[in-house]
Amino acid sequence: MQQSILNDDSLTFAEKIISARAEGGEKPLHPGDITVLDADLVMAQDSTGPLAIKVFNEMGVEKLWDPSRVHLVIDHTFPASDEKVANLHNLVRQFVKKMGCRLVEGSISHQHLLENHLVPGMVLFGADSHTSQGGALGAFATGIGSSEMAGVWASGKLWVRVPESIKINLLGSFRKGVSARDVIARFIGEVGEDGGNYKSLEWNGPGVRELSIASRACISNNSMECGCKLSVFEPDTTTREYLHTVNRAPLMEVYAGKKATYKEEFEIDLEKLEPQVAQPGNVDKVKTVTELQGQPLDQVFIGSSTNGRYEDLAVVASILKDHKVKAGTRCIITPASRAIFEQAIDTGLAEVFMKSGAVFTNATCGACVGTHLGALGENEICISSSPRNYVGRMGATSAQIYLASPATCAASALEGKIADPREYL
Amino acid sequence: MTATEVLQGRSWLWGDDVNTDIIIPFRFKARTNDPVEMAKYCMYGFDPEFYKKVKKGDIFVAGKNFGGGSSREQAPVAIKYSGVTAVVAESFARIFYRNSFAIGLPALEVPGITKEIEQFDEIEVNLVDWSVKRLKDGRVFPALEVTGFLRELLREGGLVEYYKAHKSFPWERLAATTIG
Repeated sequence: MQQSILNDDSLTFAEKIISARAEGGEKPLHPGDITVLDADLVMAQDSTGPLAIKVFNEMGVEKLWDPSRVHLVIDHTFPASDEKVANLHNLVRQFVKKMGCRLVEGSISHQHLLENHLVPGMVLFGADSHTSQGGALGAFATGIGSSEMAGVWASGKLWVRVPESIKINLLGSFRKGVSARDVIARFIGEVGEDGGNYKSLEWNGPGVRELSIASRACISNNSMECGCKLSVFEPDTTTREYLHTVNRAPLMEVYAGKKATYKEEFEIDLEKLEPQVAQPGNVDKVKTVTELQGQPLDQVFIGSSTNGRYEDLAVVASILKDHKVKAGTRCIITPASRAIFEQAIDTGLAEVFMKSGAVFTNATCGACVGTHLGALGENEICISSSPRNYVGRMGATSAQIYLASPATCAASALEGKIADPREYL
Repeated sequence: MTATEVLQGRSWLWGDDVNTDIIIPFRFKARTNDPVEMAKYCMYGFDPEFYKKVKKGDIFVAGKNFGGGSSREQAPVAIKYSGVTAVVAESFARIFYRNSFAIGLPALEVPGITKEIEQFDEIEVNLVDWSVKRLKDGRVFPALEVTGFLRELLREGGLVEYYKAHKSFPWERLAATTIG
């Protein structure tokens, strides 16, 4: 029966993976239908995990449905910045010890799962909104809250509503200085911050071939900023080559049917795309770098789960090499995982960063959420490659955050004001 | 704890796209596991003194996409423990909406509601009829229907109370009856 669903020409990726993975997996499901999925992988981090543990204990549940599938990741304020955070970290560590599940410290959850566990066709529930990143490998990956996470820990299952799907066709090739981050920024600018609410974003077209797994991860991760439930790339040659290098095999390969029905369709021509910058306050107030260049900056932050992968750091290093960060502007660079940090040391990027006058930190969500390693003070202005620029996101309520690609951030660090990366590449 | 069926209170009117960073900033929510402490930072991004101004029984009325951004359940928790008994919005962001039901905070979607309710209007949220009433003239605004099991979850006070009563989760019963 599952095979007939996978062959069904009328289903989108989301409809197909949910139908095929639903309990029974016997009939095609459509937008609005509600069903139950068994989880293959679940994750909570150090700011959602403690509340999930509290709820789990209040429920009086004794054990996890499958400890080998449960990951607790200490990443948001790692290492602990103060006593209150340290106590919550210890609550997480004690829970892991008691339950026999998996503990990860010092890599950002989404990147850790991508590097070590995720494969196409999996069902991943994460207590973190950017769990949508898992769609980069063609998995069902979505964010939930702490209480539902506690429920998944106990039952191994969760209800889902089948979403409507939006198809985005990518055409052409990137021009110099433009990257995956500009694609998703442009899309969010077009549809608005709730333009993908409850929806599955399905990335298609010849332009997808341009995108590495890291670039797809950036898009799937950042797609959450328009509210999506899923943001997916079907497995292709790039996916298979990646899986081969990490020695993992797909659980299920899902491809949207050719006659599938989409709620909306969009087209983005990579050839015509320019570097994008979101203005402070809302992720959808997007302009081109040309319109905003010259804006003075107190801080530049490069990294986070959205844009802290090796290919991001390599572009940043190519811009910073043999140059200095502008005096009076701080530049903080944070990789997404320990593996990326090590790679940056092995290949000399770390040295480039330090010699440029930037600060190269351990992997953490620190500056992005204003918890440590780069929080903003009153009225400070920052440009960041992290996913959100909301009021108070990185610290003071009055601080202003612009969002841009790693390349745009790096060029801006050299000038101390918003700058066009195309002049440095 | 079982949710009351008719909630009456004073409205707090909010605009569109009120995100979870505004509702409770990360740096506060990541340093406590105590809901009473979380409530002290409720709506901090708009007014750090909000927790002193809100009264028990107040009701939020908001524009589109309420609760966007982070998955932080501390956002609906902070609202609930600040004394607010329900959130009515033109629309909700996906995770905030799920979290509200999971913690037993009624979340009703009523398109157009911000044009009908003013700040501090006395209103009534009816969890049986799934509607909102403006008390000054008795006009009723029906909320968009939601799946039955979510209403049941709310009646029982959220996932913790539900699990304690049934020793199972609502979705386990859904699986048994194969809906869709």
